[in-house]
Amino acid sequence: MSESLKVPTMAEFMAQGKQPEVLFWVGCAGSFDDRAKKITKAFVKLLNKAGVEFAVLGTEESCTGDPAKRAGNEFLFQMQAVTNIEVLNAYEVKKIVTACPHCFNTIKNEYPELGGNYEVMHHTQFLKTLLDDGRLTVEGGKFKGKRITFHDPCYLGRANNVYEAPRELILKLEAELVEMKNCRRNGLCCGAGGAQMFKDAEKGDKEVNVARTEQALDVKPEIIAAGCPFCNTMMTDGVKAKEKESDVEVVDIAELIANAQDL
Amino acid sequence: MQYLSNILFAILLIVGIGFFAKNVKKLIRNIKLGRDLDVNDHKSERWKNMAMIALGQSKMVRRPIAGILHAIVYVGFIIINIEVLEIVIDGLFGTHRIFSSIGNLYGVLIGAFEILAILVFVSVILFWIRRNIIKLKRFWKSEMTSWPKNDANYILYFEMVLMTLFIVMNATDSHFQDMNSGNLISQFVAPWFNGLSEGTIHFIERGAWWIHIVGIFIFLNYLYFSKHLHILLAFPNTYYGKINPKGQLDNLEAVTKEVKMMMDPNIDPFAAPAAGTEGEVPAKFGASDVQDLNWVQLLNAYTCTECGRCTSECPANQTGKKLSPRKIMMDTRDRLEEVGKNIDANNGEFKEDGKQLLDDYITKEELWACTSCNACVEACPVSIDPLSIILDMRRYLVMEQSAAPVELNNMMTNIENNGAPWPYNQMDRLNWKNE
Repeated sequence: MSESLKVPTMAEFMAQGKQPEVLFWVGCAGSFDDRAKKITKAFVKLLNKAGVEFAVLGTEESCTGDPAKRAGNEFLFQMQAVTNIEVLNAYEVKKIVTACPHCFNTIKNEYPELGGNYEVMHHTQFLKTLLDDGRLTVEGGKFKGKRITFHDPCYLGRANNVYEAPRELILKLEAELVEMKNCRRNGLCCGAGGAQMFKDAEKGDKEVNVARTEQALDVKPEIIAAGCPFCNTMMTDGVKAKEKESDVEVVDIAELIANAQDL
Repeated sequence: MQYLSNILFAILLIVGIGFFAKNVKKLIRNIKLGRDLDVNDHKSERWKNMAMIALGQSKMVRRPIAGILHAIVYVGFIIINIEVLEIVIDGLFGTHRIFSSIGNLYGVLIGAFEILAILVFVSVILFWIRRNIIKLKRFWKSEMTSWPKNDANYILYFEMVLMTLFIVMNATDSHFQDMNSGNLISQFVAPWFNGLSEGTIHFIERGAWWIHIVGIFIFLNYLYFSKHLHILLAFPNTYYGKINPKGQLDNLEAVTKEVKMMMDPNIDPFAAPAAGTEGEVPAKFGASDVQDLNWVQLLNAYTCTECGRCTSECPANQTGKKLSPRKIMMDTRDRLEEVGKNIDANNGEFKEDGKQLLDDYITKEELWACTSCNACVEACPVSIDPLSIILDMRRYLVMEQSAAPVELNNMMTNIENNGAPWPYNQMDRLNWKNE
């Protein structure tokens, strides 16, 4: 299937003297994490299907610096930010889409002060505009009537007040959207943010991802929809910890849309 | 002799307000110990936030029971204070119910105050039951022992006593009862005093009147020492609260300067410092003590009323970790008070006391448990931002002390070396395309 993916780089566009419509910021998880790479590919398939002229930075992309900043290493964050901004500005990038809410938040909110001003969209927002503009169509297909609950990523929801785009996409699948006890601005964290992804948790009586997964399982979903590669990992681990992996799947919204079309 | 009570009242008023003013001055001085922060932007949005969040209680009512009870006490507090104005004028000039000359409206006003007083009384009792009988979890966390626990109850007792005195004062005021206008509640209390001599009833009325106003002055001066300070500071705090998206954490300017220097090939790293800057101490990165925080963060600490909504929403706290955002705020205030007292005791200069906010109050274990999810910030009904303090303290740990947990150091080394938090080569970043 991989041969069918068209993934041009900014360098290739530049060589042809062209500008893509949008830059797809893949992010570290989307580039290297085995689970997240599937999300990346699902999103690319959708971009290809909709005929979006996009490009990636490829080997010129580097960590936004989000985990370093949240861990307290402002130096490393700003070094990463300034380097990335130099690359993005050299390519005269105007619009960026990313499937990672951490990259989304950092580039959108923390780069402007350092000289990087772009229109930044989360992939759920971008997919929604593709559907709204009729560039992409989606039918319920295999998700029709399925119970799906959406886990709000902190860095998309509370951090940036994006709550509806991912939900509207789920509804487009004609699925039954069920909400957890804590949702939208009250959403409970998956436990990965603030650089927690990269360390063991402090001593406590439970893991955060297990607590959140329990909330999800309480509403008896067939699918837990995620919009963040890190949430995806945490919820997947949570489902495993509860030994529910045969009943409940953790799937990114981009994968849902792509799978609905059997892409 | 006939002016004795007027003079006594004037002295009381001056002492009560004088002490309060002195404490407000101290409060402002302590807040100004924080670093400067430019908050002159977004004026209209800030006014709107203050109107909605502080005046309009918009975030309080997200928890409807506590929110509605609180709204009653809050409205009662503001409106009943109109009555205090009359008490002050009467006290100073020896008049009696000076506003009663405005006619029917007076009855309407006092009637409204009486109803509010009863509603406040009932609400306060319910608050007390939630705290002490139902024992809501957030009021019984580990930081809510001794003073914080007692403080909360003292405030409730204060309000119960003040409201009772207000009703008794009206009930035993025969002149007011004879007017039979506005004594909506007190007319039912008045008969309790039947059978007492006129002199005794008058004595009770005067007693209730004096204890009521003295109680208000005591309460006013209690504020500085109490979590109840939020009734004043909620207003500036919501005005100066965060305007940017919650996910946006500030970029340290001192770091930006250094990073720009590092990246600029035209700057000679071995150059002598510019003339006049030799003695300058390089900026300290992050915060280990209250003076390293900015003044809005310190205002946040004084504004916190320890309701614990932040802590009850915190994923780390919910899963048994030591972190409690409320404790972060309480510790910051306690340490700031300690620093303030130190300054008072040493003629206006802070004398090194071998303590600091980090370790002596807030432990590393608490700081590293935060997921930066902003649940605490979202939950706070008065726009306090505990996350910003946690981040500033992490910055100190990492940039001044290199004291990050080992796994985080590995993550950061990976970012430095290969541009990803994991040990993958940057040149392999597009490999997924062909997998």
